[in-house]
Amino acid sequence: MSGPRWIIGVDVGGTFTDVFALEQATGQVLTAKTPSTPADQSIGFVRGLGLAAPLADIGTVVHGTTVGTNALLERKGARTGLIATEGFRDVLEMRRRDRPHTWGLRGTFKPVAARQDRLEVRERTLADGTIEQAVDEAGVEAAARALADAGCESVAIAFVNAYANPENEQRARAAVARVWPNAHITAATDILPEIREFERTSTAVLNAYLQPTMGRYINRLHDALAAGGDAGLLIVQSNGGLMTAAESARAPIRTALSGPAAGVVAAQRVGVAAGYPNIIACDMGGTSFDVSLIADGQTALAAETSIDFGMTARAPMVEIVTIGAGGGSIAWVDAGGMLRIGPESAGADPGPVAYGKGGTRPTVTDANIVLGRINPERPIGGELSRLDTEAARAALQATIGDALGLDPEQAAEAVIRVANARMTGAIRLVSIERGHDPKSFLAMPFGGGGALHAGALVNEVGLAGAISPRYPGVLSALGCVIADMRRDFVQTINRPLPSLDTSVLTDAIAAYWRDGTAALDDAGVALDARRIEIELDMHYQGQTHAIPVRIASTDDVSRLEINADSVQSAFEAAYLSQYGRLLDGPVIRVMNLRAAVIGVRPRFDLTQLAPDGGDIATARTGSRPVYVDGAWTDATIYDRLALPVGAVINGPAVLEQPDATIFVEPDLSARVDSLGNVILERQA
Amino acid sequence: MSDAALDPVTLAVLNGRLEQIVDEMDATLFRSAFNPIIAEAHDASHGIYHRETGETLVQGKSGLPIFVGAMAFAVKTVIKKAAIDGDLADGDVYIFNDPWDGGTHLSDFRLVRPVFRDGAVFCWIASVGHWHDVGGAVPGNYNPAATEAWQEGFVCPPVKLYRAGEYQPDITAMLSANSRLPVSLYGDMNAQINALDLGMERLNGLLDDYGDEVIETALAALRDRAERLMRAEIALLPDGVYSAEDWLDNDGVVDEPLKLVLTITISGDEMTLDFAGSAPGCLGPVNISRATTFAACYVTMKHVFDEIPANAGAMAPIHVLIPNGSILAAEAPKPVGGYTETILRLIDLVFQAMADVAPERSNGCAYGTINALSIAGRRSDTGAPWVMFSFFGGGHGGSAESDGLQHGNAPISTATIPPLEILEAAYPVAFRQWALRADSGGPGKHRGGLGAIYEIELLEKSANVFLFGERGRTNPPGILGGGPAAGNRFRFDTDEGRNAGIPPMASKIVGVKLERGMRVRLEAPGGGGYGPVNERDPAAVQADLDAGYISADAARSAYGVEPSS
Repeated sequence: MSGPRWIIGVDVGGTFTDVFALEQATGQVLTAKTPSTPADQSIGFVRGLGLAAPLADIGTVVHGTTVGTNALLERKGARTGLIATEGFRDVLEMRRRDRPHTWGLRGTFKPVAARQDRLEVRERTLADGTIEQAVDEAGVEAAARALADAGCESVAIAFVNAYANPENEQRARAAVARVWPNAHITAATDILPEIREFERTSTAVLNAYLQPTMGRYINRLHDALAAGGDAGLLIVQSNGGLMTAAESARAPIRTALSGPAAGVVAAQRVGVAAGYPNIIACDMGGTSFDVSLIADGQTALAAETSIDFGMTARAPMVEIVTIGAGGGSIAWVDAGGMLRIGPESAGADPGPVAYGKGGTRPTVTDANIVLGRINPERPIGGELSRLDTEAARAALQATIGDALGLDPEQAAEAVIRVANARMTGAIRLVSIERGHDPKSFLAMPFGGGGALHAGALVNEVGLAGAISPRYPGVLSALGCVIADMRRDFVQTINRPLPSLDTSVLTDAIAAYWRDGTAALDDAGVALDARRIEIELDMHYQGQTHAIPVRIASTDDVSRLEINADSVQSAFEAAYLSQYGRLLDGPVIRVMNLRAAVIGVRPRFDLTQLAPDGGDIATARTGSRPVYVDGAWTDATIYDRLALPVGAVINGPAVLEQPDATIFVEPDLSARVDSLGNVILERQA
Repeated sequence: MSDAALDPVTLAVLNGRLEQIVDEMDATLFRSAFNPIIAEAHDASHGIYHRETGETLVQGKSGLPIFVGAMAFAVKTVIKKAAIDGDLADGDVYIFNDPWDGGTHLSDFRLVRPVFRDGAVFCWIASVGHWHDVGGAVPGNYNPAATEAWQEGFVCPPVKLYRAGEYQPDITAMLSANSRLPVSLYGDMNAQINALDLGMERLNGLLDDYGDEVIETALAALRDRAERLMRAEIALLPDGVYSAEDWLDNDGVVDEPLKLVLTITISGDEMTLDFAGSAPGCLGPVNISRATTFAACYVTMKHVFDEIPANAGAMAPIHVLIPNGSILAAEAPKPVGGYTETILRLIDLVFQAMADVAPERSNGCAYGTINALSIAGRRSDTGAPWVMFSFFGGGHGGSAESDGLQHGNAPISTATIPPLEILEAAYPVAFRQWALRADSGGPGKHRGGLGAIYEIELLEKSANVFLFGERGRTNPPGILGGGPAAGNRFRFDTDEGRNAGIPPMASKIVGVKLERGMRVRLEAPGGGGYGPVNERDPAAVQADLDAGYISADAARSAYGVEPSS
């Protein structure tokens, strides 16, 4: 094989499709941005690839997608049927008997599978796995035909207690396939053999709802790639691991947070490579601020998320706290005289007042412009030629300044402070509130606006500093290129530890290893190593919530020793660290076994991103006044990408690059590390 | 500093920090509690309270809304007790369940702890949670036949569970000995201590960061702000007198309906809620204490004015008049175990009275009953006692913006229902149906949400069933011309056949015996409709018909629409 072979990460966001390309033999790196094409994301995807390399030269494409997320948020999935146990078709619509808002009894819920598309069949499994009533296969076949005739494109099968014994569900699945052979059948226990019927049913139905949409999208990508070469296609899962495109079409619910997950993966890798295993990843977009915690080099994962009220998906996901405080969030004063930011956003249209596209209500971005932190002559994205600072000043005065008795600069600074306070709240939620000491963490801002606020967040939360990656605007695409393969497994055990036969665990783990490694083989992706990570959900008998207890991480399951004593001590250590006291008397119980088989892809050497040469004097492009702590002061302006390794710049300063702006507060300094990251720290 | 105003920005920052502390106390209790009523149903709450008045300063967002108002009374009770005893010390934790001074019912155990700074009380923090079983005649403590509190459970006055940081195991022993489920009690109590410990640590951290005086100023400013916001909202409403009346089925002992009356007077930026004309105190357990009545008003005001922050300031412009000797002013030892039913009715009254003056802020009445169902027995293999206790859901009322929510939680709580698979794994029962109840939503321009049908079969040799429900005789009303929802309906199997058993008190039963294979069937009410039925879009009626939310008969009779096929 000759000629270049590129591996390309493509992250499709709401505004831009970002590309990060690596030529594996030479280490050559390219980045690119092209406008996203929301109606059909594959168009922007192909354009993005075209900016990097000819299709024939591409070996692998790794893709972070929002196709699943958007189909869920906009309710644009397929017409989906559900086949349920007799008496239980409404579990999906009844949820866990919650409501949309704590206060105020308004709002309603519409499930993605309409009631007339939810059919019941005779069957029943009891909680201990006994089959009380064998499934009525003729009834299943009739239901499948009825759903197909009604115009459903996909179907989920979800039976009560099937987590304890999936036999009836599997037989029903085969019966559906007999009379209605199609690629969009989801048996709930195939996706999630875990106790809790609503969560399992909802996850299965949402998966089926996405299957046709995702399947068509993946086909379009395959066709586009096959038209000019033989590139393989991998998809980022919500937990940051990769799966094959074929798997993503079967289990699209695992891609619900594909886009944000890629960014967190990159933040983790960049942080660890730079010597900072404790990172708070902060993705600031136009309407939201997404925060995730990376502690000791490990990404925090959540077992479940709700895409919208009642739309619950239980699949491992990068734990992300989202608040409505992005660059486009609108600042306003409430009836009680308090300054508020968001949740309303000016979005991309009309956008901030300074964009001159009809926006009249001031945004966080407007405040940054008025304070001189954003260069009005060099807007990010390249769509506008300059920004209207005066319009932003006038809007801040009229909306905020007049109400609070502040001048435009004071109003702008107040907006920034409240926005920072909201972001600080999100950072506290993922860090301090979970017992992590902020002094040992660095914020890693990425996305368009994050780096403008990083310094203030460092001061307000008491973080050790902040680290701005070399290419903050395409960090998620970089994450695609460096993520590992991953396949997750779960099984409800629900047994008291003293009477648990631990061979149940070791047998299941051996099976996961066999299936997981076989799937890695099938993917045909180069791997450096493989391992399995094993966790148990455990609690004291009587509790309904469980804590995750880490059991092992190994590349040799045959040498794994799991016994009741080792499991008990692992549980007690985890419980003590979470709650500070153990309980005397209650029996310990094992709820779920969780495992992840991970295929470690060859490491991308991040030093390839570091700047080559350069000097501070050349990088300096001028100065301009910025407003800080109630006064104007002169800040030096630098071209960030032209700064050499080892450069140290004291604040106040602004470091500019095409896709982001870093504001160095007066008491901070910025240092370029050996990987080309900019580290913000307190001045000595 | 205490007189100086804080700048609005610092205030916003501190507001967020304080709310986070209390939210995290909530989360800690939910995650580590033993009984599902706390862990899943979130029947618990945490807050920060004023050092002298006990007023609520900061309240968690995820706890049970009714406690927002009630806990202030609980803290006040401890403040009085400590003043009389004169022995308050740093590290003390009081524990009690007295419902007359502290509000709600005996199941709710309150742990109250002073926060000392420099040798003096700065504020109080408290945790309240609904324990699984506190003795009394009925497992799970919803005893519809109680005529004295002791038949509902044991009464614990404020005593010290910790003395100056020293744990008092004797108290735990005393409490445990009086519960059918002592392990659950022990687990929940420890989980509440976990939450208080965490609150203490976080609050001290905040006070150290900003200084006690700054926080004191901020707390006062936040209270003032809530009051200002509430006054501004009330001022927007037209002055006038608005009233409503509604009914409870009975008190569980005497089968006579009990009338509740509310007259709302809006005058400028103040509002008076007057309950004159409501029934006198009753023999059975649907009495509530003044503290509870006040708390119920607070909850409703928060639903009506949902954007106002949850602290005592919000209630400053609202006057609550409760007639002495009424069902809403119970004193010891009146039974109050069914307090949930009465406060749900107070909430219904407020929405009905507010409908004409603030239609955008009102909604059809929700299902209006907690339906506390317990099934209890002994395992035939081990002889161990078991109690399956849960609250069941129903429909929410239609609102200005949409049809009502199907199968929501009660307005006094944010409770989720335990998964049936968790219940079946823990108790010897099998659910035969868990479904929406067609035709149960009140008709209207915006239809009320549907209630639910739950049918449960016993898999053990025998068990006893207890139910505390309401809305069996007076259905949840609609507003602004919307029709009422279907009422509550409970049936149980007898030797006479399936569903042959009918509760004598409509929705309240004590100790009906079931044998293996027998079932109980609960059909919970929907929510009331919003607006006249003739304003409903005929396409929406057809859609309801297609989905089976309404029957063809109902389409014709309630909506006057002839089904298309």
